[in-house]
Amino acid sequence: MSSLSRSDVANLARLARIDMSDSELDALSGELDVILNAVARVQEVARPDIEATSHPLPLKNVYRPDVVQPSLSNAEALSGAPASEDERFRVPQILGEEA
Amino acid sequence: MIRKSAVEMAAALAKGETTSLALTQAHLDQIAAVDGAVHAFLHVDTEGALAQAGAIDKARAAGEKLSPLAGIPLALKDVLTQKGVPTTCGSKILEGWRPPYDSTVVTNLKRAGIVILGKTNMDEFAMGSSTENSAYGPTHNPWDLTRIPGGSGGGSSAALAAFEAPLAIGTDTGGSIRQPAAVTGTVGVKPTYGGVSRYGLVAFSSSLDQAGPCARTVLDTALLHEAIAGHDVRDATSINAPVPQVVAAAKSGDVKGLKIGVIKELNGDGYQAGVRTRFDESLQLLAAAGAEIIEVSCPNFEYALAAYYLIAPSECSSNLARFDAMRYGIRVGDEAGASAESVMNLTREVGFGREVKRRIILGTYALSSGYYDAYYGSAQKVRTLITHDFIRAFEKCDVLVSPTCPTTAFKIGEKASDPLAMYLNDIATIPVNMAGIGGMSLPCGLAPEDGLPVGFQIMAPAMQDQRMYSVGAALEAALLSKWGAPLLSQIPALAGSK
Repeated sequence: MSSLSRSDVANLARLARIDMSDSELDALSGELDVILNAVARVQEVARPDIEATSHPLPLKNVYRPDVVQPSLSNAEALSGAPASEDERFRVPQILGEEA
Repeated sequence: MIRKSAVEMAAALAKGETTSLALTQAHLDQIAAVDGAVHAFLHVDTEGALAQAGAIDKARAAGEKLSPLAGIPLALKDVLTQKGVPTTCGSKILEGWRPPYDSTVVTNLKRAGIVILGKTNMDEFAMGSSTENSAYGPTHNPWDLTRIPGGSGGGSSAALAAFEAPLAIGTDTGGSIRQPAAVTGTVGVKPTYGGVSRYGLVAFSSSLDQAGPCARTVLDTALLHEAIAGHDVRDATSINAPVPQVVAAAKSGDVKGLKIGVIKELNGDGYQAGVRTRFDESLQLLAAAGAEIIEVSCPNFEYALAAYYLIAPSECSSNLARFDAMRYGIRVGDEAGASAESVMNLTREVGFGREVKRRIILGTYALSSGYYDAYYGSAQKVRTLITHDFIRAFEKCDVLVSPTCPTTAFKIGEKASDPLAMYLNDIATIPVNMAGIGGMSLPCGLAPEDGLPVGFQIMAPAMQDQRMYSVGAALEAALLSKWGAPLLSQIPALAGSK
């Protein structure tokens, strides 16, 4: 049973794109250890010969006819955006200054 | 009028004894009178509701053929989009967002002429069992305002119990319709997975999420079920088959010769004495109505909770990646020179609450390279074992039953600091979601030791939802003749209540 260190949790927070405070990281690493210990029980019965279920319905690919359908207008699609410009989503800088 | 069932209200509308406008106004008045104390609603759409009610009255006056619930008010869980009406999912990250489209559930409600009063409070992104995880403050249980109304759909269940609405919509990922129904003395159904479209339902755990009907009687719930169910091309996991005949089943309530299996593992240790008392009494009533009661074993259910708290966080860590501060919701830290990544990180830090962050991190871990097989992979195997347990059990009986929750409503704040204790609340409801089958909770009395409602859970095989309604209606009728009045007639009056 692996245990989660504070730096493990900081790395997970970075991967999940959440800028967590130090106090949150401290609290969370303790809590996650307890939760992980409890949920690790699944390993007791998960034998190699058991198939995994990812979904309750036995669905494969579901297609619709390849016909153009009405969709949101440009204005509707942008209506909830934090910022927009020239009928586009305006986002903060993605590449570094030198790029 | 607001204390009546939706069926009784519909009859009064049909006879011209009242109008949808008057009925809608009466519920808006009740919300104004009691919601300060209950806090079931995050947004009340007074103008929209009255406009919808007026349109239905006009259609009725013009002699148009209307659906059975036309003109009846409803409370909508704030996780389903309604065009132009604020939708927050109980999260700060979506504060102020007005969706540009209707969810299919809302489209179906509008088509049925059901009047949407407003959006109800919930645990943030439906993660929780108490509605304490809402960024907008907790909802209070109308039976005892110091207690939780269940969660995540505590706003919807509280609205029903406080007579703020006769109908409500919930969503159920691990019990979020059934557990709130149980602790508020109301009825709630999680339909078969795929029975009701998920289009416009903000995703938490896509393979488990299911919207469903909530009401104060089994028949009202069935009518709402039929109004919202059915195939939808916009949800690839929607089942393309006729909707089970739930209204007919709720009207007949016939259980003669039906085999009812009591799940040994969902009863006993850990279940409050009064919960067991009321559950056992209900079994006797069903036996007296002609059902055969047998005991069945589902040995892998003891691993269901552990598997759920890997699968749901894993799916949530992926689903909630869409909240990136770019296309909708709040944006924090967008100052000159700030990178998209730093804005994203800051926005998610500020916008998400503790439980949501906890689950995102847990899911990120369970899906990460090197741990995937041990955690998420093993949980998926447990999901197979649970499904097999159900299949074997349904070979021996028509429906399965258990108490909906191990305890009655706990105090607000009591379990807030102990995630594992909170998770245990869902121990009896989670297996249903894992297998994608149907589950109902209906009130079966008050626990003698605390006078709080107890829920009775009925489970049926996939797309056999009508069986839950037959059994639910039979039990409801037997309890009603025993009590002489519905359970909710015993609820303490709220200050200012109409």
